[in-house]
Amino acid sequence: MKKRYLFMLLAVIAMVLSACGNDAGGDSDGDDGGKKTLVFGRGADSIQLDPSKVTDGESIYVTNQIYDTLVRYEEENTEVKPALATEWEVSDDGLVWTFQLREGVTFHDGTEFTAEDVAFNFERWTTSAEFVYYGYMFGASEEDMGGIIESVEATGDYEVKITLSEPNAPFLQTLAMPPFGIASPDAVEESGEDYFKNPVGTGPFVFEEWVPDDSITLSKNEDYFGEVAKVDEVVFRVIPDNGARFMELQAGTIDLMTGLNPQDISTAEGDEALQVIRRPSMNVAYMAMNTDKEGPLADKRVRQAINLAVNKDQLIELYEGIGKAAKNPIPPSLWGYNDEIEDYGYDVEQAKALLAEAGYADGFDITLHTFSNPRPYMPQPKVTAQAIQEMLGAVNINVEIIESDWDTHLATTENGEHDMAFLGWTGDNGDPDNFMYVLLDKDNATVGSAGNIAFYKNDELHDLLKTAQVEMDQDVRTGLYLEAQEIIHEDAPWLPIAHTTPALAASSSVMDYVPHPTGSEPFNLLDIQE
Amino acid sequence: MLKYIIRRLLMLIPVLIGVSILAFSLIHLVPGDPARSMLGEKATEDQLEALREELGLNDPYAIQFGRFLGDIVQGDLGQSIQSKESVGTELIHKLPATMELAIFAMILAIVIGVLAGVIAAVKQYSWFDNLSMTGALFGVSMPIFWLGLMLIWLFSVTFNILPPSGRLTTGVELHTITNFYLLDSILTWNWAAFQDAFIHLLMPGIALATIPMAIIARMTRSSMLEVMRQDYIRTANAKGLKKTIIIFQHALKNASLPVLTVIGLQFGLLLGGAVLTESIFSWPGVGRYVYLAVLGRDYPVVQSTILVIAAIFVLVNLITDILYKYMDPRIKFE
Repeated sequence: MKKRYLFMLLAVIAMVLSACGNDAGGDSDGDDGGKKTLVFGRGADSIQLDPSKVTDGESIYVTNQIYDTLVRYEEENTEVKPALATEWEVSDDGLVWTFQLREGVTFHDGTEFTAEDVAFNFERWTTSAEFVYYGYMFGASEEDMGGIIESVEATGDYEVKITLSEPNAPFLQTLAMPPFGIASPDAVEESGEDYFKNPVGTGPFVFEEWVPDDSITLSKNEDYFGEVAKVDEVVFRVIPDNGARFMELQAGTIDLMTGLNPQDISTAEGDEALQVIRRPSMNVAYMAMNTDKEGPLADKRVRQAINLAVNKDQLIELYEGIGKAAKNPIPPSLWGYNDEIEDYGYDVEQAKALLAEAGYADGFDITLHTFSNPRPYMPQPKVTAQAIQEMLGAVNINVEIIESDWDTHLATTENGEHDMAFLGWTGDNGDPDNFMYVLLDKDNATVGSAGNIAFYKNDELHDLLKTAQVEMDQDVRTGLYLEAQEIIHEDAPWLPIAHTTPALAASSSVMDYVPHPTGSEPFNLLDIQE
Repeated sequence: MLKYIIRRLLMLIPVLIGVSILAFSLIHLVPGDPARSMLGEKATEDQLEALREELGLNDPYAIQFGRFLGDIVQGDLGQSIQSKESVGTELIHKLPATMELAIFAMILAIVIGVLAGVIAAVKQYSWFDNLSMTGALFGVSMPIFWLGLMLIWLFSVTFNILPPSGRLTTGVELHTITNFYLLDSILTWNWAAFQDAFIHLLMPGIALATIPMAIIARMTRSSMLEVMRQDYIRTANAKGLKKTIIIFQHALKNASLPVLTVIGLQFGLLLGGAVLTESIFSWPGVGRYVYLAVLGRDYPVVQSTILVIAAIFVLVNLITDILYKYMDPRIKFE
């Protein structure tokens, strides 16, 4: 009797040991059958694999591999290049866009891609409020689900004509956004309600399997019209804890990860088997100064003095290695960024002189509104506010910090109840208009729904921005935005604080991986060294 | 006995109605808007309003609650607002994941905890007693996330012998029937998958087992100490019975009643409280599911999952109560 138990115990131990010996660490470079697999570790699962219905980055990351848009972003910046459309032209009045489509492209389900499919997708996006980016980018409403897009017609097998109700220069930039990926109409109709888990596009990778909360597997599209992927398979794995994910990278069970903890950056940099990669910024964090309120902030000199009194290097330290000091309202990865502009710099004496000139040598009292939870562009809002409080104290400006939760903060600032307030913005389509018009134009300085919470109104700037919205020549537009940034710099409605550059880590065997400022990029160009 | 069980099962109904009212009101009381969390902060008020209308969030609470109850009665747990997936389908996958982990952890905790408790009681004040009870003290006070990360660092990064996360290595084939992977691999005679699923269970199982194991060990020890001083044990000793028989057959059986209560309660806690373990070991279970649903204000998911977990909790405690009778024949169910 006893012997039998002993035998069973031994059997169990032997089983466990043999299982452990099975190279449990795994070999993510995947030698099975010579397949090259990229395992990508991330913090959360995709919500839906239908890009037109989601706003979360994790869903977009995957759909960016499966779908193509009419145009795509360049590898390193937000300029656009041909994708499903090879050429395009716009009528002189800026209202009619004609796209020539690529011939010989097939969806992953084998059906051929034609102009009718483009029309079908645009039509589909106007059928529900769930297609959130369509509504947001093209100004759709319940009464007018199409927004500024009046019609989309197939004028040939490979020609599409899109008619707008008003000129919109960033239109092309917007079409490059992953939410406007073209889906296979057959698959959409066939899968119906379940389409979001059976995505079919034309992109460099084909959807294989989704194990919710665990992994999503894609295989390379051999027939891709662009550069065929160098890896055979991509597996997106969900590993919620940042620390655990980093350990998996160290253990070699994943090849690439997002969400590196700031404190792990130096460990990763010191490890020869790993590399740290920084994603270029597509956001800005700023402190808006309410120019609409009577008092010191209405005076440009005071706002400039505040810019001079703040030591930005010290604020950037609070970003723990993932922030870069900002001097302009748009991040450097955007075309039209004005690098000629010199930031105010930290100069307490000059700040005092300017304040004295404006009649505030003895300083004044002022409020600074901040929010309690970290945001992607500001990891430590409260501490940042305290740092600014101290710096401005040195020039006799007495700052009172008012901290509230995010929803309250948004409401307070939209209503203009603040003197100064922190806020930030993450770009959508990589067009300067999406930053400057939204955040600094007088059109958006309406109390109650303000995007421009400095309530900054400058007619010269307004003219420039409005012209840039209807000007179709990109070089001309670039010039307009360069000039706009100079005006903003001079008027100083903001203290621009930082652009964050999130850190990713990868095994050093991952090559040619270039993270895109918009937050995700197709994986067909990267490779894994054997 | 049968009557008792039926009565207890009938009592489930008012309990579950209470739980559903509580779950419904709690999640609706928390500030936040499912439409907003679904469409993101850039959505316009127009879009939000349209979506709220589509989802029926504009109806009075009473009507929403009525709809929820009506669906439940028909066995429909509703549909996730975020993922559009039916909550029932999701739970069929996620509940077994959590149950498998919890059962495994509980077995670990019971075997080691009871054994350690018994030895510590029999050899009171010995080095083993001191050591195991100090260990148990650490066990109850150890933060799970810290222990979990240390386990991964030790066994996955340093020694590379255990997989750091997930239930199954990607690429290992397993035909799922019950979604309990160990059971499925046995049912389909899939030895490779069994091994793989088993080693995936080890680290999260240990992490999850630590606290109940410590509690069970301490409980067993104190309960055993009490029983061992009783007259019938002295009699058994005097009769010259073998020590092992006295301890395991006579003493432990009587000492196990309070332990059993703890086990029942702890198991329920494991089901709901596995969020941390599931996060660290990327375990696709129900704890993280409901946690994310709360963050995203996914009302149907939160309500239905809480209801299901509550039902399981009640059932587990019913089983514990029935086991009492087996352990102590004096107990009568009326």
